[in-house]
This record gives sequence, structure tokens and C-alpha cells, in this order.
Amino acid sequence: MTDSTAPSRRDLLTMIGKVGGAAAMYQAMTALGHAAETQFTGPPVLSGAKPGASVVILGAGLAGMAAAYELQKAGYSVKILEFQDRPGGRNYSLRGGDTFTESDGTVQKVQFAAGNYLNPGPWRIPHHHKALLHYCRQFGVALEPFIQLNHNGFIHSTEAFGGKPMRYKEVATDFKGHTSELLAKAISAKALDDKLSAEDQEKLMEALRGWGVLDKNLAYTSSLKVSAQRGYAQAPGGGRNGAPTPSQIAKLQDVLDPQVWTAMSFYFSYVMQTTMFQPVGGMDMIGKAFAKQIGKIVTYNAKAVKVAQSDKGVTVSYKDVATGQMHDVSADYCVCTIPLSIISQVDMQVSPALKAAMKAVPYGGHVKIGLEFKRRFWEEDDNIYGGHSFTDQSITQLSYPNDRMFGSGPAVLLGAFARDLAGFQLAGMTPQQRIETALKQGEVFHPQYRKEYMNGVSVPWSRVPWILGCTSAWSEDNRKAHYKALVTLDNRVVMAGEHASYYGGWMEGSILSGMDAIAQIHDHAQAA
Amino acid sequence: MQRGLLRLAALAVLAAAPALADSPGGRPVKLALPDGEQVYKQVCAACHLDHAQGSPDGTVPALAHNAKLASADYPITVVMKGQGGMPWFSEMLTPGQVAAVVGYVRTHFDNSYADPVSEADVKRIAAAIRTSEE
Repeated sequence: MTDSTAPSRRDLLTMIGKVGGAAAMYQAMTALGHAAETQFTGPPVLSGAKPGASVVILGAGLAGMAAAYELQKAGYSVKILEFQDRPGGRNYSLRGGDTFTESDGTVQKVQFAAGNYLNPGPWRIPHHHKALLHYCRQFGVALEPFIQLNHNGFIHSTEAFGGKPMRYKEVATDFKGHTSELLAKAISAKALDDKLSAEDQEKLMEALRGWGVLDKNLAYTSSLKVSAQRGYAQAPGGGRNGAPTPSQIAKLQDVLDPQVWTAMSFYFSYVMQTTMFQPVGGMDMIGKAFAKQIGKIVTYNAKAVKVAQSDKGVTVSYKDVATGQMHDVSADYCVCTIPLSIISQVDMQVSPALKAAMKAVPYGGHVKIGLEFKRRFWEEDDNIYGGHSFTDQSITQLSYPNDRMFGSGPAVLLGAFARDLAGFQLAGMTPQQRIETALKQGEVFHPQYRKEYMNGVSVPWSRVPWILGCTSAWSEDNRKAHYKALVTLDNRVVMAGEHASYYGGWMEGSILSGMDAIAQIHDHAQAA
Repeated sequence: MQRGLLRLAALAVLAAAPALADSPGGRPVKLALPDGEQVYKQVCAACHLDHAQGSPDGTVPALAHNAKLASADYPITVVMKGQGGMPWFSEMLTPGQVAAVVGYVRTHFDNSYADPVSEADVKRIAAAIRTSEE
């Protein structure tokens, strides 16, 4: 069967990679049947920068720092201006002792115990986000699994199951079972005769019986077989009382509640599929690793107020927010990674098309609330280790810590992750009101909340002064009208960041856009 | 090499399906927003702040004492279409809720534009936005 003299697929790819470069290898991989999971085939090879060529980058988030790292490697002289006093942008973590100031001046002081943290922005990494994973690997950022799908997490709807939270495994099994029964009935009633051949009907029937766990009458009913998926009334044991007893299935009317299918559908999403990762010790490990790699090229507390350009170069005027003093920095090119919600309000000398694009992209207003509890009752009492619970209340989602499981002492749970109207509602509250809402609504899952609660912090992205939103939210119409102008080098200025990608709201989008930005600059510089 | 990368990027852009941002799961949360005041407090105040004062650095405009509210058509258009970093609310709020909140803001926060704002006004502007986008 195996011909040991023929090159393996891997050998072949290595050979193509050596001869034709990464792009050729990528095309070959696709041709050989590997799904094209990413556009990333390695950072752009920017060979031979002209001596003295320079780039100023606005923003020390991942897009800006990845761009800086690769430009420096190619021989460019790079400076970064950063508004905040730290690198990372949205890639950051809040820990005990940190403060967080909202746009109205409200200050929250984080009181978490040592080692605990909240990732207010990015917090999970899909396995196919290979650009980001490439840098994590290269910089030695330790990653651990982010438990995404937890069958033991809860699903809660105020309009189904009598308002009682159900385990995901229960409702997902029941949804599958009830819908399988309905489809089986439709086949039996010959309702699909004009759609399916007799042979295919038979195959489908077999699938429904097995996958839906239907009984001999093609009905979805409570049984030990069904319990082997959704869980038991009495779980299997050993010895004299070892026999399990079946649990009671939920009613079809209840499992049709949209909280059930939206949760199931969530885990099907390309960017939400397992395996996912998180950095050990907090998301800011990635931003910090980049900052260490690029060296001391970042000017912090620098607020860009004007970007002027000519055919020869770019001059950025910025204010030192600590001293109030104005400064200029000039370079051949500028990579601007400042969120559009902010940069669209800055005096920028760019084409009308780019200006229009910068004003065309709204931002979402997600809210996260981190709650610190005295102990891991979700693990100890409820057998939930990482993953999520969903509710139709404003807090929307609970997420359990993915690290240090079985640990004793305080732990931080994500007590709310809200979007759209729910996000705005929570953002409009005071920090105390947000915590109270999170406790009150979260109690539906965990009655231990009040007894075990210690402290909490809330991050309403609508009120984060340096971005005024969480992530870009392109509409399809805006994308058609403005995306190309946004991502194309405008004389000497090019935009980068998650907003300049088709991976809005993901670190991968930031890095990929940063790579394309510097490729454009390099092409332009070499052609000059 | 560079051209190859760019060409690949262009091809994939054509083929790419819309990607989901990193968002919570579950169905959209329904809020009870019975009147303009509640819409303001539970939605608009997230950014424009409690007294419609806008952010101190001016990046979020104040709605308080705002001459641009003189014609209701302008705020209705902004709410329905979005503007800059502000999202469009045509899918999150009903025409009745948009009319209610625009009416509320125009008669509060040191604004006194008493002419009423109706659901019909909102629907008229929604239709105009649709036409302009076609």
C-alpha cells in the first residue's frame, strides 16, 4: 500500500515551500486537499529595506506591535506612539490593585486576590488563528486550553422549563431527540416521498433513530439510553445500589425556546469551535511579549492629534498627556492602528475616500463583569469546570475560569458578557448597580452567589475612553462601500487593526491587517 | 512573494463568509423599554452618559443643549443609521421606541423642542435611508 520511495505529502509540501515560497506552498496545500483554515503562511518577508527607511506607528496594540516587530526585522527604523501608559491595547488583563476609569470619570479599583484576573477584551483564541499562535509560539507565550463547550454548563430561559436552569447536555439531547422524532414521523407519513428515495429515507431513518436516540416506536421518550446522553436521575454506581435510573426528558415546547438552539448553534460557529486557547496568567501576556520583543521604541501617554503627509513622508503631532506638551515625529510612512471611533475624530490628511471609510464603521458595546468568590462552588458543588452558561437575562453569559481548577481560595468568574441592548443597559449603570444586577441575575444559576461573593469589576466598553466601544461592527453595505479604501495605503498612511480585517473583534484580524499594511509599505518603498 | 500574498488576500476576501466577532451566545436579550426616558437610560446613556452631557474629552457628543436637535429628522436619522462609532439602532429598537427617545431627548436635558415626534416620522426616514442606500 505505502510506497516508501514516493515523497510523502509533507515532503512534497516542504519541497514546494523551499522552491516557491510560502504562497506557493499555501496554494499547493489547498490543492492537496487541506482545508484553507487561514490566510497566514508566515509573516511577509520584507527583504532589503532601504537604509534609513522609517515608519511611525500609532497604537501599541497587537496590530501595531506585530507590524513594528516585522518592520524592525527588515531593517526599518520604527517608532510607536501609544495613548495609554502600557502596551497591548485591548489585549490586557485587570488584576488586584489596577484601576479602571470610565469615560464619565468613574474609577473602579480592582480588588482581586493575587493571581486572579479578568480579561476585559480578547480572552480566547481559536486553533486556526495561526498568525497569533505563530507569535505566541515564537515568543514563548504559554497557552492553555480555553474550555469552550461544557456539556455541564447551564441554559436558562425565563420563558421555558419553568424558569429553571437546565444543563446543556439535557436540552441539547432533548432538542435533538424531539426534532428527530418529528422528522421520523414526517418520513413515516410519507411527507418526504417526493424529496427522498426509498433508500435515502431508510438511511435517514436509521440516523434519526441512532442520533436522536428514538425508541422502537420512533418516539423520543425517557429511557436509560437517552439518559446515557442527557444524564440520569440516579447516575450509575457500584455494588448493590449501582443500577442507574433514567431522567425525565423535557417537553418539546420547552426545548423549542430559542435559548436552546442559539446555544447549540454558537458552538458550531467557525470561530467558536474547540480547541480554543488562552495565555497562562492573563491575556496581557501576549501584549507584554510583543512589547519585550520590539524593545524601547514606544512613547507612552502620547495622544496623536494630527497626521500630515506629503509625497515624501508623514508628520504626526502628538500631545504628551502627562505634561500637556506637544511634539512632532516624522517618518517615511505611518501605520495607524487607532480605533476608528477615535481616529475619525483626529485631524488626518488623507483622501476623502479613506476619511469616509473611517467614519463608516460603528463599534459594538460589549460589557464584561468579573466577580471574585471565596471558593470555586461551580466546580465543588455543580461540577462545572470552565465553559459557559447562557441566560436570556441581561448578563447573557457566565463563563467559568479555565485555569487552576480544583484550586482552593478565591477565584474569578465572568459574571456577565453582554452585547447589543443588554450591553448598553449594563453600561449605563453605576459599577455598584452592575454588580448587583450580575449577582441578582446570576443567582438563578448559582444560589451560592451571595454567600461566597467578595468583590467585582465591570468593564463597559462603551465607556472605555480610548475606544468608546468594543470592536468594529461592519455592516455588509458599509463593507462593500468602504472596506477597500480603509485598508489600502493612502499615499504614506495605512490603517491596521481588527477593523481593517474580516476578523473583526479578533486578535488574528489585528495581526493579519498589520502584516498586509507593512507589505503595502514595503512594496511602495521598494518601488520608489 | 508580496504580490502573491496580496493576490491570495484578494481572492480570499471574495470567498470569505462573514465572520462572527467574539461575542456572547444566546438570543438577543429583550428589554422592557416602555417610554422615551427608559430608552434613554437603558440604551443611550451607555455612551452619552446620565445627563446627556457626552464624554468630557468631547469624543462622545453631548445631547444636552444641542442645537442640532432643532429638527427631529436629524436625530432620527442618526439613531436609525448610526454615525461614526455609534451603531445603527434600526434593528435593535422599534420605530415607536426611536420616536419616543428622540422626543424625550428633544424635551429634556436643556432642550425644548416641543413639536411631537411620531412613529410615522421614523418610518418616513427609514424609507428615505433605504432609498438612499439602493
